[in-house]
Amino acid sequence: MDYDLIGRVFVYFAMAAGITVELSFLSMCLGLGLGLTGALCKLSPNRWLEMPARLYVSVFRGTPCLIQLFVIYFGGPQIGLQLEPFPAGVLGLGINIGAYMTESIRGAILAVERGQMEAARSLGLSKSRAMVKVILPQAACLMVRPLGVNTIALIKGSSLVSAISVLELTYTAHRYISSTYRPFELFILAALFYLLIISIASFFIRKLDQRFVLLM
Amino acid sequence: MVKVINVCKRFGPHEVLKGISLEVRRGQILVIIGPSGSGKSTLLRAINHLEAVDDGEIWVDGVRVNRPLKGLKFEKHINKIRQDLGMVFQQFNLFPHMTVMENITMAPMLLKKIPRKAAEEKACGLLEKVDLMDKVNYYPAQLSGGQKQRVAIARALAMEPKVMLFDEVTSALDPELIGEVNKVMKKLAEEHMTMLIVTHEMRFAAEVADHVIFMADGVIVEEGPPRQLFFNSSHERTQRFLAEVFK
Amino acid sequence: MTGLDFSVVLDYYPVMLAGLMWTSILCACAIALSLVGGVPLALAGISRNRILRSATGFFIWVFRGTPLLLQLFLIYFGLPQVGIYLSPIVSGIIGLGIHYAVYNSDVMRAGIVAVETGQHEASRSLGLSRAQTMRKVIIPQALRNVTPALGNNLIALLKESALVSIITVPELTLAAQRAISETFRPFEFYLAAGVIYYDINYFLELGLKRVELKTALSR
Ligand SMILES: Nc1ncnc2c1ncn2[C@@H]1O[C@H](COP(=O)(O)OP(=O)(O)OP(=O)(O)O)[C@@H](O)[C@H]1O
Ligand SMILES: [Mg+2]
Repeated sequence: MDYDLIGRVFVYFAMAAGITVELSFLSMCLGLGLGLTGALCKLSPNRWLEMPARLYVSVFRGTPCLIQLFVIYFGGPQIGLQLEPFPAGVLGLGINIGAYMTESIRGAILAVERGQMEAARSLGLSKSRAMVKVILPQAACLMVRPLGVNTIALIKGSSLVSAISVLELTYTAHRYISSTYRPFELFILAALFYLLIISIASFFIRKLDQRFVLLM
Repeated sequence: MVKVINVCKRFGPHEVLKGISLEVRRGQILVIIGPSGSGKSTLLRAINHLEAVDDGEIWVDGVRVNRPLKGLKFEKHINKIRQDLGMVFQQFNLFPHMTVMENITMAPMLLKKIPRKAAEEKACGLLEKVDLMDKVNYYPAQLSGGQKQRVAIARALAMEPKVMLFDEVTSALDPELIGEVNKVMKKLAEEHMTMLIVTHEMRFAAEVADHVIFMADGVIVEEGPPRQLFFNSSHERTQRFLAEVFK
Repeated sequence: MTGLDFSVVLDYYPVMLAGLMWTSILCACAIALSLVGGVPLALAGISRNRILRSATGFFIWVFRGTPLLLQLFLIYFGLPQVGIYLSPIVSGIIGLGIHYAVYNSDVMRAGIVAVETGQHEASRSLGLSRAQTMRKVIIPQALRNVTPALGNNLIALLKESALVSIITVPELTLAAQRAISETFRPFEFYLAAGVIYYDINYFLELGLKRVELKTALSR
């Protein structure tokens, strides 16, 4: 073990871990937005909303995330979409996780009892108001666990954007290895950072879950 | 107040309502009884259009519920009518993520634009009526079945409906809790609230009803004042049902 | 910038086909390793030996808490530092196989725990040993219950197999990259690769549904 080396690169790894967190957070925000929209469209009786949503989920869950990132980053310019690595990474990861979130959110909405919608409608609430006031808050409680699973998958999946040269944790490790030839130390250091990030994320999700469980 | 004319409803090949007609006048209390699966719930749900009927007319306070309108306009129309129809369900259907107070005040604040303070005052009055003043800030999960159902009644009353629909509101309750809910309904009867009540509680039905309808297999077999229907029934089918219930 | 032209993809179909072949070999081997490796990990995870149990728990925690890509790098670039040299394809199979063995073991362990309680006592009372009970009674039932969850893992494995292109395994994604380096048409080739992955994914899902149906019927 070359502890001296670890000491020298530590701060750069910490900064790269920050990029990983930022990347994951932004992608999750995008994914949540897409997931909510996708779920509502997929549940809509209007087939012009339902069909595109179904196609979206099927395509982005049916192909590798890496290929999706490559199509956006390398193929994008061919159709006039020229993006820097970081935004391309956020876009790719966000769209990908959004497809998974669509299914989670749809499942949560369907798990809310049918009587809840009827009770809200019988009071005179419109369908959309009943959705916002009554169904979605309850679905949110049921969604915390799948959200946790997806968040952790996303944090790990964010390592893929190293392939489109975003300087996050994995790519940083890779770069230092090329210059120092000490792969073991540096990969283990990166692994420790990932474990730390994921442990913290899991901790917050557990807290959130406990809170919602108490509420219901 | 409520008028149902020759209403038909089928689920696939299964005909659940086969030409039902009835009328409830202002302040009248109509009780509907009948065996399981005879279409009582379907009828009640059709009145506030939770179930769309295939044929016939439904009128509430001079307005046609199932007007042949399409799209957004119909949505608005039906939402308006539903505000005049309070409905209480067998399974309570309280909103579990809201406190008792929020359950009651949500719809009036949202739909009638009543300010929070006024809505809460109103809710307190209603909670007093259903004898639950001490549970204002509880969540539904912290209440017993009977308490939940009384909150559900208060929630429906908060919209100041012209008619109340009760669908077997005591069927999911333990026997010792049925009385407290029935008491609330009797109180409403004394205030001359117009009500349609589906129930399996014959004693209660006899006490509150102005008019009783006996349904079986999607048709009204017999109707009349409670005394006549319960003690002087002329139909074999009704007698058989009553014998079964009172056994 | 010129318009999109998908006809070049057809010119490169032997390259893509070779990539597809390598992807199939890679996934078949990795799936086998992940299933075979999952069983001992699952058993170790419920062992009575506390040290074995905690060690397994730690191993699983580390492999689930770090990205597959990092694990692949560690195997391919890191092991040579301690004198172990593996070819890209072997590194890829081992990396994917172990990563998913960990996920599979989690599923299997949950399945075993779910059947164990009632069935265990019944078969022990017949005079079977703990090991025999496991082998003859618990594991067959548990495997049947967890087939759908294992299937999901295998589908995820297929999609994540694209990652091994980064450690230069000549599979589908890398084949597309090679074609792109000659034609400068990333959009067409990555899309074509995506379509191929989608199809494999589709047939794999179809096959797994069939298996699920069969196991469900044999109950
Ligand atoms: N959504 C539906 N789809 C198909 N069939 C339905 C549906 N709702 C009700 N039914 C059928 O319609 C018939 C009448 O149901 P309904 O709930 O109105 O009976 P009920 O008189 O209220 O019975 P109970 O006393 O058990 O509540 C039943 O046979 C039921 O199976
Ligand atoms: Mg009913």
